[in-house]
Amino acid sequence: MRPYLAIVSAGVRVMLQYRAAAAAGFATQLFWGWIRVAIFGAFYASSSATQPMSLEDTISYLWLTQALLLLLPFRLDSDLVAMIRDGTVAYELTRPADLYWYWFSRTLASRTAPMLLRAGPLLLVSGLFFGLAAPDSLSALAAFLVSVGAALLLSSAFTMLMSISLLWTIAGDGISRLISMIAQFLSGSYVPLPLFPQWAQPALALLPFAGLTDTPFRLYLGHLPLSSFPTAIAHQLLWTAVLVLVGRLALARGLRRMVVQGG
Amino acid sequence: MAKLQDTLLLYARYVGVSVRSQMQYRASFVMLTFATMLISGLEFVATWALFDRFGSLAGWTLPEAALLYGLVNMAFALAEGWARGFDEFGQMVKSGGFDRLLLRPRSTALQVAGHHVQLMRIGRLAQGAVVFIWAATRLQVAWSPPRVLLCLLAIAGGAALFSGLMVLQATFAFWSTESLEVFNTVTYGGVETTQYPLTVYRDGFRRFFTYVVPLATVTYYPALAVLGRSDPLGSSLSFQYASPLFGFLFLIVCLRVWNLGVRHYHSTGS
Repeated sequence: MRPYLAIVSAGVRVMLQYRAAAAAGFATQLFWGWIRVAIFGAFYASSSATQPMSLEDTISYLWLTQALLLLLPFRLDSDLVAMIRDGTVAYELTRPADLYWYWFSRTLASRTAPMLLRAGPLLLVSGLFFGLAAPDSLSALAAFLVSVGAALLLSSAFTMLMSISLLWTIAGDGISRLISMIAQFLSGSYVPLPLFPQWAQPALALLPFAGLTDTPFRLYLGHLPLSSFPTAIAHQLLWTAVLVLVGRLALARGLRRMVVQGG
Repeated sequence: MAKLQDTLLLYARYVGVSVRSQMQYRASFVMLTFATMLISGLEFVATWALFDRFGSLAGWTLPEAALLYGLVNMAFALAEGWARGFDEFGQMVKSGGFDRLLLRPRSTALQVAGHHVQLMRIGRLAQGAVVFIWAATRLQVAWSPPRVLLCLLAIAGGAALFSGLMVLQATFAFWSTESLEVFNTVTYGGVETTQYPLTVYRDGFRRFFTYVVPLATVTYYPALAVLGRSDPLGSSLSFQYASPLFGFLFLIVCLRVWNLGVRHYHSTGS
């Protein structure tokens, strides 16, 4: 366990260096948040029917989406992609660590640090000025934090699958972008999941994507009651386990057919 | 006139080269195009889900909003396709590759635009067109020649405006050797903003996208005229018909700024 923790912490420190990128991201996300809040406000004003989520909750949900956007399995670890492309991935095999967990630790780090950097200021600013409500209760906050941790693991397991798929389809940019967009859509980043049509709800709840952002956000809002906290976390962790298992199998197969050329 | 012909011919050559090079990886091209189409398709599914839940948006029905969506996305796809070279311009300045373009007796803007024509944007273009056509058949609009013409003009004006933004973003590289990422907020944010009716936003936002970056001007007002909706902001019909012209005007101003930048250019020496 120790070496993997060291990899995570080194990775986090590297990523924390990119402050300029974080500043640009902050401005972008703020702008995006404004647009989305305005659009949803107008939608709510256009209908007098009761909705499954109040406008206030939706606004908070939208800001949480912006603040924690990097929870989603967006981009792959670019060093890893380069290694697979140019073949230096062979060196990785010589390391005295389990390859899956080694790469997983790297991925987890590259997911966590930028997310933290971006989330802090956005939560603060949107909380002070733009309608992000405080967590429903202290225990809701605790549940939210635990669930974000589980979401990070789930998201890393997703990213690993996407990276491993590169062993087969070196130019898999299109595919991985498509998958990450689908994840974004089905995790409620375009439209909060509770606002999807009623008939889609059971499927959405079953799929792994809800665990990426929807679950922690609704715990924060109290929209998902604390009594369902254990099931929610179990759902996230179970899917993580499944994805890790599939990822390990895929990696083992990929390495078996990998041919390292000399030179 | 001969000069314009020559320019167009040269640009066609650039497109030809890009087509041939991107067709070397045919499967990858098909997959990327398909992926782009699906990705922008998902965005529209999200819009549909919202209309499904709320019924309408500020008095607009889904087909009406879809018409606007189609206009904006087709315009953006065209601009992204032909002005993509400007997106990579920062790299060109850093590597000194721009010096080579200066030696050639042709417009620098044309050469930068032509050096990478991105074909896979056809995916977004096709998706925008599909949404537009679906909306056009659903709406009770009499498709008279002026209306069709206005739609084409709005798409062209929007494309000119988005191209202008990309040129402007690249121009900053003359001073900073980096293209400013904040501009992406305006371009991508602009697409997101203007695919919904303008009345949804607050005054400040509305003014920004009407006067500073007249994105809403070139798409929202023509859409009003085509749909035959009265404007709650009180614009006249003649203004709605003339509004796409502001997109071309914007592009001309941006190209002026670009030329200013070229005159200030100092090579990095590498």
